[in-house]
Parts: sequence; structure tokens; C-alpha cells
Amino acid sequence: MADEHALYQRILLEHSRRPRNFREMNDADLTAEGHNPLCGDKLRVYLKMDGEVISEAMFQGSGCAIFKAAASMMTAALEGKTRREACALSETFCNMIDSEPGDPVDIKRLGELVALAGVREYPVRRRCATLPWHTLRAAFETHGRTRSTA
Amino acid sequence: MRAARAGAMDLGVGMAAGPKDENISRKAAPLSDEEVSRLRKDFPVLGLESAGSPLVYLDSATTSQKPQAVIEALAEFYRSQNANVHRGVHRLSQAATAAYEGARKRVAAFLGAGTPDEIVFTRGTTEAINLVAQTYGRRHVGPGDEIVVSAMEHHSNIVPWQLLCEENGAALRVVPINDDGELMFEAFEALLNERTRLVSITHVSNALGTVNPVKRVIERAHAAGVPVLLDGAQSAPHRAVNVAELDCDFFACSGHKMFGPTGIGVLYGKREHLETMPPYQAGGEMVLSVEFERSTYQAPPHRFEAGTPAIAGAIGLGAAVDYLSAVGMGRIAAYERGLLEYGTDLLLEADVRLIGTAKEKAGILSFHMDCAHPHDIAQILDDEGVCIRAGHHCAQPALARFGLSATARASIAFYNTKEDLDALGAGLEKVKRVFG
Repeated sequence: MADEHALYQRILLEHSRRPRNFREMNDADLTAEGHNPLCGDKLRVYLKMDGEVISEAMFQGSGCAIFKAAASMMTAALEGKTRREACALSETFCNMIDSEPGDPVDIKRLGELVALAGVREYPVRRRCATLPWHTLRAAFETHGRTRSTA
Repeated sequence: MRAARAGAMDLGVGMAAGPKDENISRKAAPLSDEEVSRLRKDFPVLGLESAGSPLVYLDSATTSQKPQAVIEALAEFYRSQNANVHRGVHRLSQAATAAYEGARKRVAAFLGAGTPDEIVFTRGTTEAINLVAQTYGRRHVGPGDEIVVSAMEHHSNIVPWQLLCEENGAALRVVPINDDGELMFEAFEALLNERTRLVSITHVSNALGTVNPVKRVIERAHAAGVPVLLDGAQSAPHRAVNVAELDCDFFACSGHKMFGPTGIGVLYGKREHLETMPPYQAGGEMVLSVEFERSTYQAPPHRFEAGTPAIAGAIGLGAAVDYLSAVGMGRIAAYERGLLEYGTDLLLEADVRLIGTAKEKAGILSFHMDCAHPHDIAQILDDEGVCIRAGHHCAQPALARFGLSATARASIAFYNTKEDLDALGAGLEKVKRVFG
């Protein structure tokens, strides 16, 4: 494509084609399942903890490109973060997704996650981007229960 | 006061297209491209732009667009006839009642029912099926009994029966489908037994496009003494339906998929069934007399229409079936067959996996692409002004049969053209460029 698609930016497509940390973890310390019944996006998030620090984050699941890229970028961003830092990042990310198109984004804190800011133009796709992060919080809070964003 | 249908007839639209009795002819000539381009002008939405491109609407299986005749019938009712029905002595109420009951007559004629008393207005197909489950079903289905559906049903022809089965201790039996998405007829025959109380099956599958051999299904079920409900949501808008000829016991369809308004639908029921069925919802309109000791109920169809009905909706639906009859259902079906062939070839060339390849198919093109999720396909197509549906189409078991949880689905109506399908093809090339 000559110019970047407002939604499907290059970095997003790259993550959706070759998602990072896309496999099952048998010895996860924390895990939870997330499901968006509206469009069928489904994933399981796995975390390996070293005390309060996330040493490894992985996911498995199926869904659209937005969802897959969001989950892939999330696992990449989580490694080495404390539980508290991860929750703060989740909040910053979900706030960005829920903000209005054109609103300023916190590039410093979000890093390459800002590639998903284009989702703001497409309200029905917002949940595709936030489902992995909601599932992450479910892993912290409930350890194992299914998180539905419906 | 003008009759409600005047709005529709005044516009004249495709009224020149052909005689009404074409409904029955199976060999009707397809609409010509010129006729279609004239008919398209009757649909204001089809003239819109979307995302800077001409709107290409390939989502009529979800809901259809409305011709000016229907829009005008609604407006005309509210402008000059608005009153409640079956209530007043005043002339306005009489006019509204005449228009409402006139719509029932039109729908009865359109579907080939013997009498308008066999036509119950509902909110849509979903409510029509729920009505049968909650009245006929509750009365006739008991512990150990069985209800037969197929593996290609819409959720609205599964869940009402599940609820009934849970409540009454009955069991749901499912006719399997083959790899083309066709009903496995011998398996269907094998499921019929002395405990079978009802067969409820779709006429045309919304997710796969399969046209079921409903005549054979009905004959076979009747031979076993089992009544049949047909879900006609996807058949009534696209082919001639004659419930008397089919000999089905119930037939359900939705106004909004038949180029009519939302919030109105139809349950056809054989008089012998409707007469013995208990009421559905209770309230005004459906009673003869109310005392605290007991109440007595109206005869069908009013027994099943508690409360103020969707009066304007019914009148709008009446205008829609007038419009369809004037165009000719046989000609519509013949034209759509041609478009389906064109679209099928186009998708095969685009190297997508078609889901639903039955020999007898209606204008529904459900497909899967390895490179892109259905929602991403629909998103890219939307950028080009092309509207399709992505998801499970409320038929999760049908898609699960093919190992899928979602497909992209383009669905056609008589107002679509080869150019619309070409736009779909061009959009899919873009999908491949973005995701391939």
C-alpha cells in the first residue's frame, strides 16, 4: 500500500501477521480467558511472575487483526513491568482507546502501543483493542475466570 | 381519506414490470438490467455515497432497503389516517382499521394463504417462532417428546425450542448437513418417530444460502403425522412462496427483510392449528370479555395480537408486498439466480473459500479468507463504500460445522447489479493487498 491505512498501520499489521509471545504457557502463575461474544474474539493470557514483576507474558487465541496486534503488543510491553505498572499502563491504554479521535496521546508512556490510536475512529472496533488488556486485569483479579466485554 | 395503499400505487415504480401472476411461474424471465436500474431509483438509500464512493449495499439478508412506496405508505398513514385499530366508532379509526386489515389481506394473498385469518402480525420472524413455541409447543410438547430442527438454523429457530424443551422435558433433535451445507435428507427421515411433535426448519439458510427441499420435508413429515414450521425470513423476500401449495403448518417471515418496515413480521398458521392454540401475550385486543372469574378470547388472528399492534408497520408491509408483486417474484428470483452465479464465479476467482455450496442456493455468499478475519474484510470493504456482514450471522452451529466462528457474507437483492459485485471483487483485492 502506498500510504498508511488510518486503522491498519504497518506496525499493527506486522504484529497481527507474526504475533509475539503467541503460545501456550503450561506453568503460568496467573492466567485468564477473555471473550468478545459480539465478534467472537477469544484469548487466554498467561503470566509468569517473579514476585511482583512479570517475567513472561504470553497469549493464545483467535480473532481479527486489531485484536491480535493489540494482544501481541501488550505481551511485548508487559515484560519486566511490576503488577502495578502493568495496571497503570492498561489504564492509560484503555483511556487512549476511549478518547476522541485527535485527542493527544501519551507517546512517552505508551510507546508503540500508540499505533492502535487509529481504532478511535472506528467505535465498534474499540473492544477488539481493549479485550487483551481487560483479560490481563482479570488474570490479576480473578485468576482464571472468563472476562467478557459484552 | 385516501386508502393507505394509494401512496404506494401512486408512485407507480416498477409497476410496469409485469403481471401479478408471475409469482407462480418458475420460468419467469429475469429482470433486465434496464428494469433494475429503473427500480434502483425507487430506493433512496441506494443513491447515497459512503466513504466518498457510491454506496454498494450487499447486506440485504441482514435487512433490506425500503422503496419510496413503503416510506410513503408509512408517512401517509401518519399524515392522514393515524388512529388506533378495532377501537373507535369515529371515521379515522375505521380508516386505520381498514388499512390495517387491508394489509393483512395483501400479505395473505402474497404468501398464498387461504384466508387473512391465517395471518398473525408479529414483530418479526423471531417473535413468530416464539409464538408457536409458547402456544402450540406448550400445548403439544411434553416429557420425552422431540422437536426436529436442522444444523443450519438461525439462533431464533433453535433457542425458542431449547427453552420449550427445558421447560417441558422434551428433546431437540438436529438434522445434520453435508460439506456443501445441504440438509442430509435420509438422516432427517431417520429422526422422525412417534415422539416427534414438530419439525421446524429454515426455508433458506441465512448463513449458507442453502435452499432446503421444503416440499419433500413437509410431505415426509406429514406422512409421519408431524407438522412443519418453515422459517421463511430469507425466502419470502426473494422467491415466490405459496404456503397452501407447500402445505406447511406454519410459516414465519420478517417485514424488514421484505423491503418493508422494521418491527413487523408475519406468522402464517393453518386455521386448524391457530383455532386450537391458547393465547400468546395477554391484554387488550385479544379478548372477547374479561371478568375476574375468567376471560374469553378472540378468534384468530386477533387472539394472538394483544395490545396496540404495529399499525403503520403492517400498512408499510402491505405496500412492500404490493411492490414486490408488481415487480414479480418469479422475475426477481430469476434475476437473483443470475447475480448469484456471477458472484460465485467472482469469489472463486478471488480465491476465497466459499462456505455454503449447495446445488440449490439463494443469493447469499458467505466466505472465508485465510489472510484476513471477517471483521477486517468488512472494515476494508467499508472504506470502499461496500456494505457486507461479518460475524456468525446468528447461526453459530452452522458455522461450527465448517470449523469457523465467523464468515464474511455478501447478500444480494433484486436491486443489486453486477457492478455491485465487481466493487466487492475490487474490495477483496484491496483486502489481499493490506493483509496478504
